[in-house]
Amino acid sequence: MINVSKLKKGIIIDHIEAGHGFEIYKQLHLNDIDDVVVLLKKIPSKKMKQKDLIKIETDLQIDMTVLGLIDPNVTINFVKNGELFKKINLTLPKVVNGIMTCKNPRCITQYEDVKEIKFYLVNEEKKQYRCEYCDAYTTFIEEE
Amino acid sequence: MLKGRHLIEPGDFQLNEIESIMQLADNIIADPEGYSLVCRGKLLASLFYEPSTRTRFSFEAAMLRLGGEIIGFDDPNNSSVSKGESLGDTIRTIECYSDIAVIRHPREGTARLVSKFANEMPIINAGDGGHEHPTQTLTDLLTIRKFKGGCDNHVVGVCGDLLFGRTIHSLVKTLSRYQAIRFVFISPTELKMPAHILNQLDPQTYKETTSLDEVIGSLDILYMSRVQRERFISEEEYLRLKNYYILDKKKMKAAKPDMIVMHPLPRVNEIAPEVDEDPRAVYFAQAKYGMYVRMALIAKLLGVEEKK
Repeated sequence: MINVSKLKKGIIIDHIEAGHGFEIYKQLHLNDIDDVVVLLKKIPSKKMKQKDLIKIETDLQIDMTVLGLIDPNVTINFVKNGELFKKINLTLPKVVNGIMTCKNPRCITQYEDVKEIKFYLVNEEKKQYRCEYCDAYTTFIEEE
Repeated sequence: MLKGRHLIEPGDFQLNEIESIMQLADNIIADPEGYSLVCRGKLLASLFYEPSTRTRFSFEAAMLRLGGEIIGFDDPNNSSVSKGESLGDTIRTIECYSDIAVIRHPREGTARLVSKFANEMPIINAGDGGHEHPTQTLTDLLTIRKFKGGCDNHVVGVCGDLLFGRTIHSLVKTLSRYQAIRFVFISPTELKMPAHILNQLDPQTYKETTSLDEVIGSLDILYMSRVQRERFISEEEYLRLKNYYILDKKKMKAAKPDMIVMHPLPRVNEIAPEVDEDPRAVYFAQAKYGMYVRMALIAKLLGVEEKK
């Protein structure tokens, strides 16, 4: 098994469903930051059998709202001076901006180049969001 | 204050703001001459990306009767759209020339999108696909006010194409903000009211049925709508559903003596011509109120509501 040294500062995104790690890496734009980022795939896990994990050694604030859309079961640990100092549980974001696209074939956003479409959470259980333009309901489905 | 605001969907305005438009419409109906110059020197851009007779004529008649003038198109092939211009660029350009713009477009959400490109020019949504048609809602509210004395305390039957009927979506959402409104949604199963509208209503305030005959006697208002050929992908499906409901004299016998029949027009077969002579049929008066309420709306958005 590959060993990755203990994080001194930054963020650990744990309990990622195996296979979702790279999608989270992309959606958080981790390729664009200069800090050390480690993506571990398919680590053996007692609870999940297999899981993905991301460690980011950074002082930057990273917008985690997208994580709730991709995998609401992940755990986010914030580390300072080598110690865990904050742990957060995810909830679905109330507003999502620029991540989702509208699936209504009659929506104007399918025809015009519209950047950053806002979606408003309407049904937490079904993970449904409402398009700011056409009001149609849609869900976020991650790319495989 | 409504000056400078957009009207994309009825929810953009508070009920007291809608009421102020109704009051101004009442004043205009009482004294049209008094308002015949309030828009002198103002220009309305009339941008119709899909065919319309009633809505376009009523907006243009409204602006002309307020003393203003009109530029625009009713066929996008005669504009720069045919050269591939984006909606954003079209609106930015039109804002250089016009004081207010009315837009109809076949794609849902278009009016909201173009309103983001207009800095000072109010945008009025004159229908965006099957989504919203807020000025028809204002027309309907003024009609209900005139014939039923107000918009509270009614049982409202909505019949026909509830899936694609944008006038219906706008009306239902708005009427649900009034006191003690109950809805009866009457449609074929294939054309039921969509979830995004039903989810906004208290489930205690509506019921759904496929039978007009069973419920017509309980209604204070019957709002008929056309099954719209242009919203169907399959012609066969359209032909199967287009004559699902036909309101005729026989059905009207079961209705209350003071029930009113409304329709956004144009109608096809859903109201038999024999119903036109029934005093409860108010759809042509409704069309006339549409012009007055649009006069009031234009005057409000331009901030020129004082008589000249």
